[in-house]
Amino acid sequence: MSLRRPAKNQPDNFEFNSSSMEAAKIIISKYPEGKQQSAVMALLYIAQKQNDNWIPLAAMKYIAKFLDMPYIKVYEVATFYSMYNLSPVGKYFIQVCTTTPCMIRGANKLVEACKEKISEKECELSNDKSCSWMEVECLGACVNAPMMQINDDYYEDLDKEKTLKILDKILNGEKPIPGSYRGRINNEPENNRKTLMDLKNA
Amino acid sequence: MLKDQDRIFQNLYNDLGPDLASSQKRGDWVNTKEITNKGRDWIINEIKDSQLRGRGGAGFPTGLKWSFAPKEIGSRPHYLVINGDESEPGTCKDRDILRFEPHKLIEGCLIASYAIQAHVCYIYIRGEYFIDGQKLQTAIDEAYEKKLLGKNAAGTGWDLDIYIHYGAGAYICGEETALLESIEGKKGQPRLKPPFPALIGLYGCPTIINNVETIAVVPTILRRGGKWFASLGREKNTGTKIFCISGNVNNPCNVEEEMNIPLKELIEVHAGGVIGGWDNLQAVIPGGSSMPLIPKDKCETLTMDFDSLMAEKSGLGTAGVVVINKDQDIIKCMARIARFYKHESCGQCTPCREGSGWMWRMLERMAKGEASRDEIEMLGDVTKQIEGHTICAFGEGSSWPVQGLLRHFKDEIKKRNKFDPIVKENKNIPYLVDQHLLDKNA
Repeated sequence: MSLRRPAKNQPDNFEFNSSSMEAAKIIISKYPEGKQQSAVMALLYIAQKQNDNWIPLAAMKYIAKFLDMPYIKVYEVATFYSMYNLSPVGKYFIQVCTTTPCMIRGANKLVEACKEKISEKECELSNDKSCSWMEVECLGACVNAPMMQINDDYYEDLDKEKTLKILDKILNGEKPIPGSYRGRINNEPENNRKTLMDLKNA
Repeated sequence: MLKDQDRIFQNLYNDLGPDLASSQKRGDWVNTKEITNKGRDWIINEIKDSQLRGRGGAGFPTGLKWSFAPKEIGSRPHYLVINGDESEPGTCKDRDILRFEPHKLIEGCLIASYAIQAHVCYIYIRGEYFIDGQKLQTAIDEAYEKKLLGKNAAGTGWDLDIYIHYGAGAYICGEETALLESIEGKKGQPRLKPPFPALIGLYGCPTIINNVETIAVVPTILRRGGKWFASLGREKNTGTKIFCISGNVNNPCNVEEEMNIPLKELIEVHAGGVIGGWDNLQAVIPGGSSMPLIPKDKCETLTMDFDSLMAEKSGLGTAGVVVINKDQDIIKCMARIARFYKHESCGQCTPCREGSGWMWRMLERMAKGEASRDEIEMLGDVTKQIEGHTICAFGEGSSWPVQGLLRHFKDEIKKRNKFDPIVKENKNIPYLVDQHLLDKNA
């Protein structure tokens, strides 16, 4: 288990804006009547998106009322799942995978790059408050190791130099192109493809 | 090597595009109506004949699982749930199906829903795969537009709605009952079995849960016949499988191959060999991080299927092959896996919650050579006390890799950890813990 604590400075109020409200209603309609509690995970995502990528306690209370369920149940869910940020993170939130398949291909170099460019400690905002980074467990792109996720996008086949370039772009406010940074196509064996050759040449 | 025409996932590398038109060119959705017209029993029997085993890790026969669903719909509706919470380190096959072969999955959902009489199907995708989930959503929208889903889906006379439910970064939600809890909007903590989900599952209703890859191969099996699928691989380990080869190889990749393929062929032919040559190989994790590792000498002749790996006291799991060469510190690699399990334990059962952290701390010390000799035995003892004493299989998943390390690399640990905590001479320091042992002799 991992220790997760809500932030000390909490806003007093939270309410869905109109677009969040619309999205929330669509989500609830996916589940059977009376089972609206199922929507809590999706609604927490919506709240997180609306509130600069983190979830304040006020939002949990709001969602509990919205779904007619006890506040503690929402709190349980928000603190159990690691993708809900309980304290402010940067506008660009960088997650570096360091589990074994990435580790043995040099994920620690990516961590070094993050320390140099963003902040010495993980989960700390960079000087311009735009970025923060953290080490995470397996992100499920092991054949493209080492890799990292920035907001929703995967950046694959990295090394330290490439990571530094990506971080530079982000600190300049640009969005780097996601995908493989060795120019390989998806998950195919680079320069060594032995299967489905007719389709490749088609 | 498997012939190209026998590969089910023709678009594994996205040469052709994942959209509906190109999927139909590859044969998806061609005669779905004719398949369902043959009836539920025919579908389930054909899947039984194909000897398809679940691709999510446990390898449970799929046809048998489907036959557990009640024959008639009673007062409670049936549900089909697809497990796309792929989080096992070393595995990244479902992601490729979600983004490049979504229509194989959607068609499989329709056929499976028809076979088990479900009108609603939930696809649970891990939260990190948000972009890939969006691609699947596009494909689902496309299917609704062409009337392949919804009322009278694809002209089969069966109504089906498919919804995507995103997870939020919890490995444990790949366990089927934890996944159901998560869909119900609770913490992902596994339930006790029995009752099994086939009778009491999502919202207390009969539920069949299958892996993404399992469902995605179903339409092709039914088109080409269970016999064709059973002719690949060997008895009880039939068909094809997507292998993910990662770690210290020259060309890490995903590749669809026949079951029972030699491990050496996977690594040498498809993945371009071990970095530093075959002799530089140290060990291989054959089926995702929860399966015990296999040292080099056994890798020469090893074949990759459920039963032959079981004979080596390991398992095929999800077929995520992690290759570790001699440049790596094997104890550190396993300590990192132990840290993963410590982080992902749901905290419900004490042996797992406390034991996974204990194993991690011991392994970290062993990697640095700071552990005492006795701790090596203690580590083995801890793994045995977790294994089999938890609600779900996470206990096994976290202790097996450590057991594998102890089985094959005990000498390496002993060499590094020579520290003996027992004081050999009377130092006359009052707070030394083991002093009393010496006092007896004095």
